[in-house]
Amino acid sequence: MTDSSPTATKHVPDAAGRFGDFGGRYVPETLTRALDELAQEYEKAKRDPTFQEELDDLLHNYVGRPSPLYHARRLSEEAGGAQIWLKREDLNHTGAHKINNTLGQALLTQRMGKQRVIAETGAGQHGVASATACARFGLPCVVYMGAEDIRRQAPNVFSMKLLGAEVRAVETGSRTLRDAINEAMRDWMSSVETTHYIIGSVVGPHPFPMIVRDFQAVIGTEARAQMLARVGRLPDCVVACVGGGSNAAGMFYPFVEDQGVELVGVEAGGLGAEPGQHASPLTFGSPGVLHGSYSYVMQDEDGQTCDVHSMSAGLDYPGVGPEHSFWKATGRVEYTSCQDGAAMRGFDALARNEGILPALESSHAIAQAMEIAAKRGPDEVVLVCLSGRGDKDANEIARLKQADGDEATPAANGAGAGD
Amino acid sequence: MSVIDQLFTELKQHGRKALMPFVTAGDPDIEFTANVIQELASRGATMCEVGIPYSDPIADGPVIQASYTRALDNRVKLAQILAMLEDTTGKIAMPIVTMVSYAIIHRHGLEKYVADAKAAGVAGAIVPDLLVEEAGPLAEICGREDFSLIQLVTPTTPRERALRIAESSTGFLYYVSVTGITGERQALPAEVSENVGWLRSQTDLPICIGFGISQPEHVRTLAPVADGLIVGSAFVRRMAAASERPREAVLAEIGDFAARLIEALEETTT
Repeated sequence: MTDSSPTATKHVPDAAGRFGDFGGRYVPETLTRALDELAQEYEKAKRDPTFQEELDDLLHNYVGRPSPLYHARRLSEEAGGAQIWLKREDLNHTGAHKINNTLGQALLTQRMGKQRVIAETGAGQHGVASATACARFGLPCVVYMGAEDIRRQAPNVFSMKLLGAEVRAVETGSRTLRDAINEAMRDWMSSVETTHYIIGSVVGPHPFPMIVRDFQAVIGTEARAQMLARVGRLPDCVVACVGGGSNAAGMFYPFVEDQGVELVGVEAGGLGAEPGQHASPLTFGSPGVLHGSYSYVMQDEDGQTCDVHSMSAGLDYPGVGPEHSFWKATGRVEYTSCQDGAAMRGFDALARNEGILPALESSHAIAQAMEIAAKRGPDEVVLVCLSGRGDKDANEIARLKQADGDEATPAANGAGAGD
Repeated sequence: MSVIDQLFTELKQHGRKALMPFVTAGDPDIEFTANVIQELASRGATMCEVGIPYSDPIADGPVIQASYTRALDNRVKLAQILAMLEDTTGKIAMPIVTMVSYAIIHRHGLEKYVADAKAAGVAGAIVPDLLVEEAGPLAEICGREDFSLIQLVTPTTPRERALRIAESSTGFLYYVSVTGITGERQALPAEVSENVGWLRSQTDLPICIGFGISQPEHVRTLAPVADGLIVGSAFVRRMAAASERPREAVLAEIGDFAARLIEALEETTT
């Protein structure tokens, strides 16, 4: 490990998959050849104009890109300060940014001649996006999902099945995203010669963090151009939620070299700062190895991964992508943590002021953006990645609100019944 | 010359092969693990691989995963495991190596892990999630301390890469018999013998085969091409019975099973 302080740059990772000290590849030897093949195929695809044309065509005509940039005036007024603008990834086909990555990786799957796809999912958004891409390309798809997440994200489980994917419940460990990744990796250990693992975030062994970031960078590239076109300048601050960190990486990466643009990543603060109460490795954790990569992680003193908590299944993860650790180390991105209750208030504020139901994950970014906007003047611009829509969360939100005794909201018993 | 180098040199002189059981440390508790290790030593096991429980073992099948989970649920700590090994290695001649995730070694500190394990009488480490590209810093420390860093070659490893791994590995080379996770299998791939035979022609390092081996028949088939065989899940499954049945009986069964495997091994090596 070097102790130099590198400056944030777009020219990462290196050939070994290192973002500064972070990243790399810590996996069983069995997976090495497939990871090398994937890295090689991706480099070839990047230089192949037909690959980019095919992906662009899908993003435009199938996903509906570019996604709109929306000036949330009433939300801005509610926050009372700077202008809040939303990058509407929630309006993508399948309702989140995840489809940007799964279509890219499905194209890579085809190029590599692999005949089967596996994926993990937390909130179910990546599972749905994987099932969708696989239906579109005629690939069989198995999605690993923690049993606890199957409970709290039931609508997405139905969608995956309707799209023809097989959803395998993971009953081990905390029965959440981390365990789903373990099971997907174990499947891949046996199936690696015929199967591609479409990982859903900027995590895992090299080259996954780079590939997923690159496919998600369309978010920031579009938003940057849209800002210049609509406002005539770059935003003052860009905010995104961070679980594994794919929407944030995609949003931030094209702004990394714009030194005047402040970048803020928002982790899940859960119920509080005590171990086990949150899912904020960048805020409270330390560097370690998990799921094939060296990055910030919640580990005990023996290196065992700790249980974490977030009400949002997509952020309920003890690790984070290595590029975020790099951006933290270089100081390029500021990471902060937003608790469940504050995120729920962000959800309500966007729903009631703008008529938009955000995903619980994105609600963390909304809440943080409102807090930032409140401290700034009306000439300043805060850009938020609204990474997904909240339809999937309706039942879980009703349940959480009922548990909190919040009478201003519809009772949970109506939510799951007659629809 | 490291402890493991000496072991294989002696085995070779006598035309013998190694049987290496794998046991999970702390399943169901640390005391039973110590008993099992001593039982295996007394039954003639050549070396013992002690698995340090890890929360996210992606190379392990259901049997070893479950044993790690039980051990961690019982709050077994690395310090306790090393203390038990220090006590146990003083009583037996059978060398011990640890199977340990890099997540654990990194958290403990590379220098400190090697120093502490060595002080506990441990001869080496198998780090299943440490690839040859990332192994440099740990390999440097292990080399300096004469602590073996056993590396793995799998059926998916290209041959050029296998040579690089063989050059970097110390103690022995671990050949993984299957493309997959740990666990007992009825049949093992036919190409194991051929692949190990090729490795044998390329390196002087002892080669041990592991993953899937669980029956005397497997031992008879593979012993002629290997310097040693590693049997994991079949032992761990038997150990798991210790939480429900009298420990003496379970220990005797584990010992008998080891003896049957050793008998099969001896048949092929005379």
